[in-house]
Amino acid sequence: MALEESHVRRAAHLARLAVSDDQATGFVDDLSRILDMVDQLQSIDTEGVSPLSHPLDATQRLRADEVTETNQRDMFQRCAPAVENGLYLVPRVVE
Amino acid sequence: MQWETVIGLEVHVQLATRSKIFSGASTAFGAEPNTQACAVDLGLPGTLPVLNEQAVAMAVQFGLAVHADIAEVSVFDRKNYFYADLPKGYQTSQMYHPIVGPGDVDITLDDDTTKRIRIHHAHLEEDAGKSLHEDFLGMTGIDLNRAGTPLLEIVSEPDMRSAKEAVAYLKAIHAIVTYLGISDGNMAEGSMRCDVNVSVRPKGQEAFGTRAEIKNVNSFRFVERAIAFEVERQIELIEDGGTVVQETRLFDPERDETRSMRTKEEANDYRYFPCPDLLPVVLDEAYLDHLRSQLPELPADKRERFQSELGLSAYDAAVLSASREMAEFFEEVHHVCGDAKQAANWVQGELSGALNRENLSITNSPISARQLGGLLSRVIDGTINGKAAKQVFQALWNGQGENADAIIEAKGLKQVTDTGAIEAMIDQVIAESPAQVAQYRDAEPEKRGKMIGYFVGQVMKASRGTANPQQVNGVLIAKLDALL
Amino acid sequence: MHDKTLTQLAAALKSGEFSSRELTSHYLQKIEKADGTLNSFITVTGEQALNQAEDADKARAAGNAGLLTGIPLALKDIFCTRDVKTSCGSKMLDNFIAPYNATVVEKLNAAGTISLGKTNMDEFAMGSSNENSHYGAVKNPWDLTAVPGGSSGGSAAAVAAGLVPAAMGTDTGGSIRQPAAFCGITGLKPTYGRVSRYGIIAYASSLDQAGPMARSAEDCAHLMNVIAGHDVRDSTSVARGVPDYTETLNAPLSGLKIGLPKEYFGDGLDPDVEQAVRDAVKVYESLGATVREVSLPHTHYAIPAYYVIAPAEASSNLSRYDGVRFGHRCKEPVDLIDLYKRSRAEGFGEEVKRRILIGTHTLSEGFFDAYYTKAQKVRRLIRQDFLDVFEDVDVLMGPASPTPAFDLGAKKDPVSMYLQDIYTIAVNLAGIPGISVPAGFAGGRPIGLQILGTHFAEAQLLNVAHQYQQATDWHLQLPAFAEENA
Repeated sequence: MALEESHVRRAAHLARLAVSDDQATGFVDDLSRILDMVDQLQSIDTEGVSPLSHPLDATQRLRADEVTETNQRDMFQRCAPAVENGLYLVPRVVE
Repeated sequence: MQWETVIGLEVHVQLATRSKIFSGASTAFGAEPNTQACAVDLGLPGTLPVLNEQAVAMAVQFGLAVHADIAEVSVFDRKNYFYADLPKGYQTSQMYHPIVGPGDVDITLDDDTTKRIRIHHAHLEEDAGKSLHEDFLGMTGIDLNRAGTPLLEIVSEPDMRSAKEAVAYLKAIHAIVTYLGISDGNMAEGSMRCDVNVSVRPKGQEAFGTRAEIKNVNSFRFVERAIAFEVERQIELIEDGGTVVQETRLFDPERDETRSMRTKEEANDYRYFPCPDLLPVVLDEAYLDHLRSQLPELPADKRERFQSELGLSAYDAAVLSASREMAEFFEEVHHVCGDAKQAANWVQGELSGALNRENLSITNSPISARQLGGLLSRVIDGTINGKAAKQVFQALWNGQGENADAIIEAKGLKQVTDTGAIEAMIDQVIAESPAQVAQYRDAEPEKRGKMIGYFVGQVMKASRGTANPQQVNGVLIAKLDALL
Repeated sequence: MHDKTLTQLAAALKSGEFSSRELTSHYLQKIEKADGTLNSFITVTGEQALNQAEDADKARAAGNAGLLTGIPLALKDIFCTRDVKTSCGSKMLDNFIAPYNATVVEKLNAAGTISLGKTNMDEFAMGSSNENSHYGAVKNPWDLTAVPGGSSGGSAAAVAAGLVPAAMGTDTGGSIRQPAAFCGITGLKPTYGRVSRYGIIAYASSLDQAGPMARSAEDCAHLMNVIAGHDVRDSTSVARGVPDYTETLNAPLSGLKIGLPKEYFGDGLDPDVEQAVRDAVKVYESLGATVREVSLPHTHYAIPAYYVIAPAEASSNLSRYDGVRFGHRCKEPVDLIDLYKRSRAEGFGEEVKRRILIGTHTLSEGFFDAYYTKAQKVRRLIRQDFLDVFEDVDVLMGPASPTPAFDLGAKKDPVSMYLQDIYTIAVNLAGIPGISVPAGFAGGRPIGLQILGTHFAEAQLLNVAHQYQQATDWHLQLPAFAEENA
């Protein structure tokens, strides 16, 4: 599956990464080689094999419905780039 | 051309858990911004989700209530997209293996017929935070208190054919989740939110038309109005030679219209994949049996029982079972007074009328079910007549007494059934009304029936409304006829 | 002191040979002296360490000391540490002072150990040479022109250089075992789910696992006793009893069945490395083990499968770095998209971007089944290979890496770098444990023997490694750099 620059640009947009024209060319080159290596997968017959998401065949444990967390807003917002009145600030979002 | 409307609903129900779906932060509504957003909700580096057992139980209860298949294995997936109020850059949801499979719910239409609406599936997911657009130096503020609140997204099949059916479906879902107690169903606070998929097609055509998805339709009334507008828009568009495009539209309740939310951004690609931080949720038969055994009586069953056991009309049964609060109120009144028809009449008549006038919900009724039942007991056992009952009702409403008996006592409203006393009052009225007695006597026999009303009125007045009207009627006729 | 193992130091603290404060000061001085050259630490928390050491000495005086009370350690800068910068080797988190402790950190604190600081690493644990760090490359103390391996390169180099007796690492595709091999120390990657991931900054959630890096298997056993176990905050951690890993260290190896996967001795394997591994196997035979060749037929597909699964998970895990709640934020964003795109472009390095792009692309519409679903199916086949051979043998042995440490700057092409992890990556896909132990040298650079076991066989791996270390002294050798900076 050949990789086009449009694929890289689309992925960069979906991943919200600013990529310059020069960088895009470099990524097309790198990613193409990586995907060529990955394409070896296509040569294995996986008919009837179910996908494996977790290495152990474990199931989800459930947590009791209890409030265990207290307000730690001040501490959490100490590492925030921009806050006002307890809110995180971002450039104006127009809906 | 005749058009047919095709509607499907996606209803997001906030589940009434104490803590969030994947963290131990509180879900209480209305806290100061970000005071209920813990490290997990904020998506701090290194944090991990652990699933709330109550969210799972509530989803299963809903599934059982709509006769759905409950997935033995369900899986959480990540829906990847960037948005200001989505802290991790993905929403944990269930795309490929939802917890609740296909089911159905019956809705009641205006003509008392029922229609079955199929549910495609329902899945668990986490809610996002809120963007506040007040002016913070030209910035938007983000509050993540709501982030991580458990949602059950209930997706219907496109089985509805009118706005009224869509509203009836939404009400049925509302009734089920509130009966189950898995949500407060408060649409104003966003506990229940609705996206509507609408398309039109020429009547008789099998293929669906292109649909529009309308977001932000968050009241029963808005659902009706949004659909009405959208159907008209689509039909006009097609009849004018245009085509409907598949898109997301926003309902604007102020302008009563839907408008396109298309932006310059290309279509999203959510890149769903199984969330590696959560393991498959496996539910066994014993767990389902346990929850099944604890299900309360559901709206459809209640309605059926109100008709078959209590002898209510289809209409009364539907109205009284429509919400959990209404049904519980009615059942309490019935339990106290023992007469279902009286209870139904009063709850739907006097009580509903008074509540509507003052814009109150039944949960805020100034008269409790116990008080109303006590009042009706006194009507049924003949202690008071209907007219006095209305006075007692008003007094209870105004908080003028603990219960009906106290008010009857205080106001002296006890019905007079003593024949001697009634005869004495009648004799007096006859003696004081010679002209009316003469008219009665001279009238054609078939007209006398109507003329009796005057004498009954006078006697009731004399008794300050406490005389038993049937008794008065009987004695009066006997005495007047004796004068002929 | 620096030539002692953690086990020996614990005994010395207990006997009162020196205090924890003395020991801690000693290591802090060594770091001060040597780390300008090595660059193995991103953050040194000297003051906090000395305070912790004093507390440890007081606890000991009061008779409340545990086995590891007062032992200095270092943490890979991927473990969240409350009030201490936790950068993950990235400019993105250069300003991130974590507001909470990882579960592993909590457990180590509770055991009375002392943290000297946070070690250098490949950015977001993506790399095999430690050259992808925002804080610069780390040098290998055995040869300052060589890489220490990655991504836990700082932890490996610091232990090898005697700057700390042991350190914590994480391993997603070999990131404990390969740097342990390159630096001549012992490193254990436990079974997936054996150690809590809570508070460890995620790279690829279904593969990441934390483990100890130390001078000996015995040291690793002591640390595993502290860090292993179920954590209610990590859904993927396993609720299963934890053995005392030191108890079985001396179990005899007679009758041990060793499998040598033929795929681990093929093309591309450095002859010196192969010789060292075969020599080590002979030592085991002398200890009573039997050896046979086995096959893991899907070995060749582990790297391709990994480079679909790990970047896919990473692309999603790293979406939270958006410049809103923590981490780098670009200057004067014009709108939300600009904020995202520039903050992320400025905060992430090249390799991280490459993997985010690969992961985003392979998960996207039209490619998901061909890449992601296919890789997950291959993952099952790879795991089955291991489950099958462990029906016949107790442990597998082979090289940890096809070559000894390569030169700094030698591998410029990402794919050739990825291929370095040929012997370690399948282990993460299968979720089994693996340990790397020093087994010789080639051209003055250490060689690592990798030993693999079935799920939850950590105690057995530590036993097998320990017996080898009783019979050999490769693990006790120190680089000249350590002696020069003593």
